[in-house]
Amino acid sequence: MSEFPRDGLVAVVKRDCPTCVLTAPVLGELARRAALTVYSQDDPAFPETVPERIDDRELAASHRLAIEIVPTLIRFAGGAEIDRTYGWDRAEWERVAGLSGLGAELPPSQPGCGAKNVEPGVVERLKVRFNQTGLMSRRIEIGDGEDEQEAMYARGWSDGLPLVPPTEERVLRMLDGTIRDPQEVVGLVPPDLAPATVEKVAVNAVMAGCKPEYLPVVLAAVEAVLDDSFAMHGVLATTMFVGPVVVVNGPIRRHIGMNAKGNALGQGNRANAAIGRALQLVIRNIGGGRPQEVDRATLGNPGKYTYCFAEDEEGSSWEPLSVERGIAPGKSAVTVFAGFGLQGVVDQKSRDPESLARSMAESLKAIHNVKLAPACDALLVVCPEHHRTFRDAGWSKARLYDELYRLCEIPGDEVIAGARGIAEGGPPSLAGTTVNKFRRGGLMIVRAGGDAGMFSGIIGGWSAGGARGSLPVTREVKP
Amino acid sequence: MTVLLDPTSERSPTRRPRLPRPERLDGLTIGILDIAKPRGDVFLRRLGERLAERGLAIKHYAKPTNTRPAPVALAQQIAAEVDLVIEGLSD
Repeated sequence: MSEFPRDGLVAVVKRDCPTCVLTAPVLGELARRAALTVYSQDDPAFPETVPERIDDRELAASHRLAIEIVPTLIRFAGGAEIDRTYGWDRAEWERVAGLSGLGAELPPSQPGCGAKNVEPGVVERLKVRFNQTGLMSRRIEIGDGEDEQEAMYARGWSDGLPLVPPTEERVLRMLDGTIRDPQEVVGLVPPDLAPATVEKVAVNAVMAGCKPEYLPVVLAAVEAVLDDSFAMHGVLATTMFVGPVVVVNGPIRRHIGMNAKGNALGQGNRANAAIGRALQLVIRNIGGGRPQEVDRATLGNPGKYTYCFAEDEEGSSWEPLSVERGIAPGKSAVTVFAGFGLQGVVDQKSRDPESLARSMAESLKAIHNVKLAPACDALLVVCPEHHRTFRDAGWSKARLYDELYRLCEIPGDEVIAGARGIAEGGPPSLAGTTVNKFRRGGLMIVRAGGDAGMFSGIIGGWSAGGARGSLPVTREVKP
Repeated sequence: MTVLLDPTSERSPTRRPRLPRPERLDGLTIGILDIAKPRGDVFLRRLGERLAERGLAIKHYAKPTNTRPAPVALAQQIAAEVDLVIEGLSD
């Protein structure tokens, strides 16, 4: 590695920069009139106007000099930098060089170009090389003969699918997605109640396949499930099917390209898939929550790989879920719900809201078991064609909530253990009473899905819904 | 060589040996913890009655909900007040 001169001028340039090319004759002049050392970022033959260039294609000198713009001209005296300028500005160059009459034939000034050492992907590599990452996570060396994927599987980091290797460079780039301090603790992750720092979340987000711009959504989702009212420990430990379902609202849905339209709950969208997966990996790797260990699920559900989608707010006559839950309109937010699977509401004949609401209510009443009421909370995903029926009839979302609650009342006699020839059910004391499938406020409605198809969906919840178990939690997405 | 960052909490689990099982129950105070699973209270109350009939000192405790770990204060209270604990883990 070269040493910077104790006294004299240093210039950092690249051939790819027109301003550097413009100043090449001036650099030649400086080389004749003063002590000048030139570092070339991209082409050691440039500039031909000086007798010697130092090859800085590795960008180590540029990084150590903290170059941001080329050309940069620096004066050293007594082993220390005492002055610098960047771009081309004759007066500035004359001041730094202590010479007059520089570049008389050039325009008086011209802005420089971005330096190569601060390009995305490069600056991270240089920070790793010079041990300036600030990352606290333990480094794990994978030998050249080792397969990275197998090494990660062997350490138990995977949900079963391949992972993106969390290198220092990738984690640094991921952390560019947030302004939060990498060492800020987001919360304590069950079951181990281990602190989730922003950095640890970023490591898992890398593995899940996230882009840096998804990180604020992942962080909001992690914060939401770690809210005590969500009861993440219980959601993990229960023998029931549930896992966190993430609904995203607000402008960030479009900024990061989430899918709220066709196949919104299915495969094929990177943001939907990776955000939900990152949340699960945080629980697994930071919290230590693994199947057949503290995760006691009997069957689980495929959404425990990833279960994240965006609400289709555009063209909806209903307020978004986040707004309904207290977030200001126009703000981005996530709502987490302890849910499982998807049960279809197929209704292709209802053309009035009364019929469609009855249809939905009858389907809702089947969650868990037709004999169980109250059963659990639920998330009703209304498809655009079904929403249209409510919109055209002037039904607000509040109206639909009220109608569904009323329609989900069930005569107690129907749900008593043994009634209808089914041993499952409630106590005999329910005879002659009326029960409801849901607690008040136990239903959430969002709009999502493709424009064609009269197929809404029900995401069932945990039997321990409500305050004694898991409540949905909404968190604003912050940068 | 590739360098990866550890995605885990990097904790090494502390292994604490279990307390030795008592040879006899005589003279011990037994805690019975209801974790709030349905009908757990029925089963555990009867169990307490049977143990009390044998002249054992019984103390009953209850978690507020089965969906969350026991509050730390409750766990500490139990640890301070009894010699061994019986709890029902499921419905």
